[in-house]
Amino acid sequence: MIKAILIFNNHGKPRLIRFYQYFAEDMQQQIIRETFHLVSKRDDNVCNFLEGIYFTLIYRHYATLYFVFCVDSSESELGILDLIQVFVETLDKCFENVCELDLIFHMDKVHYILQEVVMGGMVLETNMNEIVAQVELQNRMEKSEGGLSGAPARAVSAVKNMNLPEIPRNINIGDINIKVPSLSPF
Amino acid sequence: MALKIVKGSIDRMFDKNLQDLVRGIRNHKEDEAKYISTCIDEIKQELKQDNIAVKANAVCKLTYLQMLGYDVSWAAFNIVEVMSSSKFTYKRIGYLAASQCFHEGTDVIMLTTNQIRKDLSSPNQYDTGVALTGLSCFVTPDLARDLANDIMTLMSHTKPYIRKKAVLIMYKVFLKYPESLRPAFPRLKEKLEDPDPGVQSAAVNVICELARRNPKNYLSLAPLFFKLMTSSTNNWVLIKIIKLFGALTPLEPRLGKKLIEPLTNLIHSTSAMSLLYECVNTVIAVLISLSSGMPNHSASIQLCVQKLRILIEDSDQNLKYLGLLAMSKILKTHPKSVQSHKDLILQCLDDKDESIRLRALDLLYGMVSKKNLMEIVKKLMLHVDKAEGTTYRDELLTKIIDICSQSNYQYITNFEWYISILVELTRLEGTRHGHLIASQMLDVAIRVKAIRGFAVAQMATLLDNAHLLTGNTQRNGICEVLYAAAWICGEFSEHLEDPMQTLEAMLRPKVATLPGHIQAVYVQNAAKLFATVLQKHEGETDSQAAQETSQLLIDRLPLFVQSANLEVQERASCILQLVKYIQKLQQKNVEVAEEVTALFAGELNPVAPKAQKKVPIPEGLDLDAWINEPPSESESEDEKPKVVFAKEEPKHYRSRHTEVDEKELARRREVRKQEQANNPFYIKASPSSQKVYDAPGVEHIPVVQIDLSVPLKVPGMPMSDQYLKLEEERRQKEKAERKKKEKKKKREKRGKGRKADSGPESEEDITPAHQVDIVTEEMPENALPSDDDDKDPNDPHKALDIDLDKPLADSEKLPVRTHRPEVLKSPAEDRDSKSVPQETKKKSSKEKKEKKKDKEKDRKQIKPTVHWFPVQKSSKHKKKKQKKEKEEKEKKKKKRHHHHHHHGDAGGEDSVQNGTVEEEEPLPPMSNYSLLAENSYIKMVYDIQGNHQDESKVVVSVIFENKSDSFLKSMEFNVLDSLNSKLQRPEGAGPHDGLTVPFQLPPGVSNEARFVFSVQSIVMPQKLKGTLTFIVKSDESSTHEKLDFKLHFTCTSYLITTPCYSDAYAKLLESGDLKGSSLRLEGINMPFHHLLARICFHHHFSVVERIDSCASMYSRSIQGHHVCLLVKTSDQTVSIDAKCDEPSLLGNVLDEIKQTFSKC
Repeated sequence: MIKAILIFNNHGKPRLIRFYQYFAEDMQQQIIRETFHLVSKRDDNVCNFLEGIYFTLIYRHYATLYFVFCVDSSESELGILDLIQVFVETLDKCFENVCELDLIFHMDKVHYILQEVVMGGMVLETNMNEIVAQVELQNRMEKSEGGLSGAPARAVSAVKNMNLPEIPRNINIGDINIKVPSLSPF
Repeated sequence: MALKIVKGSIDRMFDKNLQDLVRGIRNHKEDEAKYISTCIDEIKQELKQDNIAVKANAVCKLTYLQMLGYDVSWAAFNIVEVMSSSKFTYKRIGYLAASQCFHEGTDVIMLTTNQIRKDLSSPNQYDTGVALTGLSCFVTPDLARDLANDIMTLMSHTKPYIRKKAVLIMYKVFLKYPESLRPAFPRLKEKLEDPDPGVQSAAVNVICELARRNPKNYLSLAPLFFKLMTSSTNNWVLIKIIKLFGALTPLEPRLGKKLIEPLTNLIHSTSAMSLLYECVNTVIAVLISLSSGMPNHSASIQLCVQKLRILIEDSDQNLKYLGLLAMSKILKTHPKSVQSHKDLILQCLDDKDESIRLRALDLLYGMVSKKNLMEIVKKLMLHVDKAEGTTYRDELLTKIIDICSQSNYQYITNFEWYISILVELTRLEGTRHGHLIASQMLDVAIRVKAIRGFAVAQMATLLDNAHLLTGNTQRNGICEVLYAAAWICGEFSEHLEDPMQTLEAMLRPKVATLPGHIQAVYVQNAAKLFATVLQKHEGETDSQAAQETSQLLIDRLPLFVQSANLEVQERASCILQLVKYIQKLQQKNVEVAEEVTALFAGELNPVAPKAQKKVPIPEGLDLDAWINEPPSESESEDEKPKVVFAKEEPKHYRSRHTEVDEKELARRREVRKQEQANNPFYIKASPSSQKVYDAPGVEHIPVVQIDLSVPLKVPGMPMSDQYLKLEEERRQKEKAERKKKEKKKKREKRGKGRKADSGPESEEDITPAHQVDIVTEEMPENALPSDDDDKDPNDPHKALDIDLDKPLADSEKLPVRTHRPEVLKSPAEDRDSKSVPQETKKKSSKEKKEKKKDKEKDRKQIKPTVHWFPVQKSSKHKKKKQKKEKEEKEKKKKKRHHHHHHHGDAGGEDSVQNGTVEEEEPLPPMSNYSLLAENSYIKMVYDIQGNHQDESKVVVSVIFENKSDSFLKSMEFNVLDSLNSKLQRPEGAGPHDGLTVPFQLPPGVSNEARFVFSVQSIVMPQKLKGTLTFIVKSDESSTHEKLDFKLHFTCTSYLITTPCYSDAYAKLLESGDLKGSSLRLEGINMPFHHLLARICFHHHFSVVERIDSCASMYSRSIQGHHVCLLVKTSDQTVSIDAKCDEPSLLGNVLDEIKQTFSKC
């Protein structure tokens, strides 16, 4: 069983949290903090597993983000490692060159993608094409319903953005894209 | 209307969406909390709006805030509203929010059952998918029970997308509702061979999770899995199956033998490291299960070890890590094959990756032997010196101690060496394991008698140089070692060379800076040392020195008397007084040494930590039995209702039979444990410290004042390395001697052809340096050897330990959804599930078991009533009847009945608490659903239920039944709100708009919809006018129809069945806050228990206590009003005395009760 999936950045800011076992909010934050503490002090060239306080942690570090899966003993370590890769590659496809900003501003969409990969702590689908297809079909359905905010809100949002000194999408933060290295297929 | 919509959408334009919220938070880095709290205020406003889009947007933002750690459970009801939107976009947002923040304690979950069921059966597969995903995160036992059947149907859905989700979620359902496992298992098994690989993988996943916890129940699936393993190409599936086999093989060695070959083939053929690794792991598991002498598998071990070595040598740190992990598994059964790779593992200790170093340490633990212990520990000590960061160093420290102390110090040949290692470890700065070192010192000194002299000398040095250790006075810091040192020096002071010096060291003013518990030990052991010193001096008749010693104590102890620590203070003042008294005696030249030493006399033995628990219970002692007759609380309690409702003539109560039910016992046991834990005098297993001084009369030793300048190396502390050299020399010598001997022997036994021992010396050849006697821990006589202390009784998987091979019984069907009137064939059961839901959960499993036991129909009919009343008791009456009818059955149960008869004979007629079981005739079916309105097309019946969690909301469940031959659609339900009661309109629009009924009705079909009303005052009944409009669509035409109705909110509908214990009930009545009223009903000719059942059912009461034809009942309103009834019956007349804190509510409830009975 996967007990939790945590995505946070190099500073420990959570970008997505998904617990499959109930913890109260303050406990969740504590787990995030402790996990970040454990993971962040590790070099990039050490192994990707470690024994956390509550679970085994399996993680990958891409550019500015840590993807951490907290699992119990029934999961294969290398298998989960590949699953993280599949998940990130899927994100890369859905967001087209995914970067941290995509996760920041579209947490809900990341959740919807994750829901097609893992369900209730168990692996649902590992085939990337299948995951992408299902996500797109659902997005199309959402579009046909007019989306969450609809056209008028989008117009206003554009107006609101004008006040901002800079629109985050256009900031040149250098190489923040999550480079998805092509690993040997699973 | 149109204007409103436009206005609404303009308003919406200025709402923040998720992106705006995120942007805002990023722009307010310095006052983030303040900004978020204004955002939450905005969200609260948005949630109050009627527009579902606005609500969905707000809920979406809440999901984000939840991630940041904000508790958003206050919006649970709004989340449910968004979940029930008909648009996929909003529904998805709602379910996402629910999956993030709902859990078993969320009260609104019970409102979602119908919504989820509707979504599960939605024609849109993504509605279903979203509902399944959400449900997988917040399924509760109630939801699992109610939806198990719906989900099981989905397992055969046409779309694989739905099938795989349904299969996966079944695991969660099993966990929450174990009764569903057996009925659902055949279909789950079917899915293992589903044509879609995703579904297949899901099924494998679920079964693996199940089998991991209770492997023996899944052995019969082994052939099927074996087939899958040899045919599947999906690595995920293969890994899961291979892992599963790893769990199954320990139970069935034959399976293991069969597995070896295909697994070895996979190991050779696969290129996927993950699969290779899992294969190796499972082969290891197989080999472990076969370990009892299968020499021909050594090839497999070699293969595994060899593959693992490749992994460990790989540059990929992950593989290295896993290789070590797997190696440690082999180590347990085949240590020899691993030990040959010691070089590799020691090399891993130098790895830059801490996880890998820790794994290597784990391995070392299993690799030590008598021969290499010293060498390995020496290497580890080197690492301790080099280690950066305290965590890893602490880990090394614990590992060294673990390695040395494992299996009762089995591998230690020289305890002097071990003590010096421990002393060396005390030089570590900033360790958190001072306590661990201290306990090792104590343990070794107590249990290895031969080492005491050496240990005491070392400890005395430590005490002398205590200033080196006191830099870090935090709890569990290294200063803890002084605790052990002081105790050892005091307890075994007869071994001290210079007790006076140690005594002086222990009374230095600097000691007062140590933690309190250590000071306490110092003070106590100073007294012991004092006794030893006195004895010494008196042996030499040096009264001058003896008096000087007393004076030293009298001078130094007052410092401790002033300590802030109570224990130090207490001990110090006690001992100070004692010494003063001794000094007086000394001045009179009285010999006191003997008496002072007697204070600390007594043999000391280590006691095993579990000793107390292991004391067997003597035969004939029942710990749960009453020692005395229990206090007859019955009398006062039985009396209580009478005191309050004073009109009744006295009844002759019999003292109640003292049968304590299981729950009560468990509770009492818990209370007792709690008391014991809080009672400092309760004797727990811990070593006691008493001793005998058997070496009196030691030579007089002059007091030497040592003033050390701070040395870099503690003088006199032995270096453990010396021991290593010594040991090697000793072994060499021994070996040489042995050789000599052997040669001698050889010479003697010349011609017999025995070879000289030239190979490496074997384990047994190493003799310990000292003859040590390791004292084992004491255990009580007849201690039970069982070691079942580790099992966790709360493991949810225990409930899933279910035999799956037995054929399904009829009783094991999953509950299928029906409307309540149909369920009411067994009305009591239904009431049960509503009134005491918690009780039901616990009982349902019990019920199942019992049902299996006796499938006779009549038993089942009885069951529900038995259930409803918490205490099970049979009346004499019932038994007689049963005896007549079921002679045969009776025989089987003769024993039980015999007991009951005995009881009955002795007591005449039984009085019953908390219910009754007069099973003369079953209760007639009852329904709370009453007719709302009816015409030729449609019939509506309704029921109103309150909800404890929300004191202003009631739920109206309406069942719509299509009576026509046409299709009914576009049903809209509308009610004219009153000031007091309002229909909750989640879907937006104004206060006069209707609610769309979320389904259509084909001919002859009925379905249920729920509507939430908010109410303010609940003391008066109320009627609301309403209209249902709908379209009747037949083949040729469609017409618009409407039906008017009146919703009657009775006062009863604001009551909620709430169980109440009789003592709480009595207290309530005594409080005097309640106002009384009464009611008389004439001409009621129904059995008393029917009467009670009716009141319970129709008016939401629960029986508190029943005695003969008199019963007390209780209920509570949604706003917390208590309603108490005393119901008495005699000759068709029923009198009801009632009390309530709200008189008008009570009056109305009584009127409604009267109406109920006037109808029949």
